[in-house]
Amino acid sequence: MNSPQNSDNNNILQVEDLKMYFPVTRGLLRRKIADIKAVDGVTFNIKKGETLGFVGESGCGKTTVGRCILRLYKPSSGQILFDNEDISEYPEKKLRSIRSNIALIFQDPYSSLDPRQSAGSIVGEPLKIHHWVFSKSEYNDRVEQLFRLVGLDPGMTNRFPHEFSGGQRQRIGVARALACEPSLIICDEPISALDVSIQAQIINLLEELQEGLQGLTYLFIAHDLSVVRHISDRTAVMYLGRIVEITRSRELYSNPLHPYTKALLSAIPIADPFIEETRERIILKGEVPSPLNPPAGCSFHPRCFMAVPECSQAIPPLRDVGNGHQVACIRV
Amino acid sequence: MTEVLRVSDLATHFKTESGLVKAVDGVSYHIDEQEIVGIVGESGCGKSVSQLSVMQLVRAPGEIVAGEVVFDGQNLLQFQANGPEMRSVRGGKIAMIFQEPMTSLNPVLTIGSQLAEMLVLHLDMNAEEARQRAVELLGMVGIPSAEQRIGDYPHQFSGGMRQRVMIAMGLSCNPRILIADEPTTALDVTTQAQLLELMKDMVEQFRASLVIVTHNLGVVARYAQRIYIMYAGRIVESGTTKDIFGNPIHPYTIGLLKCIPRLDEEEGRKLVPIEGLPPNLINMPDTCAFLPRCDQRVETCRNHSWPSLSRIEGEHYVACYVHSKEKTSELTTK
Repeated sequence: MNSPQNSDNNNILQVEDLKMYFPVTRGLLRRKIADIKAVDGVTFNIKKGETLGFVGESGCGKTTVGRCILRLYKPSSGQILFDNEDISEYPEKKLRSIRSNIALIFQDPYSSLDPRQSAGSIVGEPLKIHHWVFSKSEYNDRVEQLFRLVGLDPGMTNRFPHEFSGGQRQRIGVARALACEPSLIICDEPISALDVSIQAQIINLLEELQEGLQGLTYLFIAHDLSVVRHISDRTAVMYLGRIVEITRSRELYSNPLHPYTKALLSAIPIADPFIEETRERIILKGEVPSPLNPPAGCSFHPRCFMAVPECSQAIPPLRDVGNGHQVACIRV
Repeated sequence: MTEVLRVSDLATHFKTESGLVKAVDGVSYHIDEQEIVGIVGESGCGKSVSQLSVMQLVRAPGEIVAGEVVFDGQNLLQFQANGPEMRSVRGGKIAMIFQEPMTSLNPVLTIGSQLAEMLVLHLDMNAEEARQRAVELLGMVGIPSAEQRIGDYPHQFSGGMRQRVMIAMGLSCNPRILIADEPTTALDVTTQAQLLELMKDMVEQFRASLVIVTHNLGVVARYAQRIYIMYAGRIVESGTTKDIFGNPIHPYTIGLLKCIPRLDEEEGRKLVPIEGLPPNLINMPDTCAFLPRCDQRVETCRNHSWPSLSRIEGEHYVACYVHSKEKTSELTTK
């Protein structure tokens, strides 16, 4: 997969200034009256075998980033380099080739599996579409192998989704994503629909798969910072279409720099009353503004507890403060 | 501290086509005055049904089959669900906030009229007094320019704002107890923090007790003074928040704590999932419902019915053969 000339570059994905604007139309002629800037200039990279977490509140654009990478959307501008090839301008026809390489795990294990398809055929469908197997026996072997890989009994291939529990359904979703040995899997809120005691099973499964399969890379999208921190090597915090901070996950908790990150961290209670007693609580004012009409300058400044007048003047760029820790705030 | 509510041996069963579901199966707990109590469990453990039973809001095929709910010296279960006594308690002296603020507000009535309705019904206010009070309440829960917004409809409010309205409605009649059933689950993280903090301040101000029903252990660690852990329709462990987190004893409680990622965890910490699945409550066996998933089971568990809660120390109770025995022998040797 990796051509020799880029062996020095171990980025599997490089996203440069990605923008995704959705038009807002009005009237019979669907005149465009505005843009919703769902993603507004996002730059990041993911190394082979790494897990990058994307965290943020609803509407911050984290899912849109994932969908742009899969090219379910055609980005308004920007570059998406997958294996050093810009896929952002790929025509529809060429897209199928990248989709065997980039897979997606969905949030809802109930609606993301066709209720009329057997578990085996759900998992096996990508194999057929991408011509991964050439005979029936090869197909059956691969499906069985995938079932075992995700901890399901291969004897259950003929069952239908409703016969499985939520956790098992998500395992089917993981198996389907793994079918064509993708190098990148985009996990969009893969555990938030599951029960607490089941969530850990799926997190551990994802971690074990990464250990077992060489070079498997995750882009892990979730709103729960403690989950993202647990599974990711690096974490990007998004707010209103922009990355406000990106750094090693460990650093994010021990040394958050952006005021939004600080507030987000302090908003998440830790299951330990002894620690909670002494934790600083930053309660933000107001709610996330509409991306249709974001505030001028730093979009966080109306809710920010560190804001100064200059914050509303210009959008702060993401800058490196050392050790790959990037933050977009003029007060840092 | 005085007790405001005592629930004893409450049982709510659902007779379904596929069998009997004991959604709540002998639950006993109490709530003290001005206390914040957490009721924690996964979906289907009976935490919500137990609260709905207290309010007598269980619908057919559900039925409260046993137990007592003593509030103000009276057993609420002796009253008809739609009788005048229960109606004065429900929403008045015991109020409830639900998970989904959109579905619990009437979309075709203004916020103001929904708030005023309660005040007129429970506190005998006239329309103008009720409107005044409604504006005041909306202001208290942090809705800006409440005077103008009182004529708005629920769809004109964001999710967080709607839940603020629900809090205002819950507290409008000066209840003794406010029951919040997963109050923030459907909301964003920073909004969740705002609302929980608001709820804590408001119940303090109104001198009410707060019951937080949640699956989130973090929330109860931060806000609750006492916690009840539920599993398959029963309370398996209860105690002060420090008992539960500092010295968890029931294998399920321990399992829950080990399987959630924590913000402050060491790098490389492995989560220990609880094996298996939450039980299907239809026609459950008599033995401990956690038995199939338990990593500490002993022979006694298999041969005996589900143990009742036994005291560890102080307020700390646990329903488990393994540990209650060990602990008692430890205590006697000391």
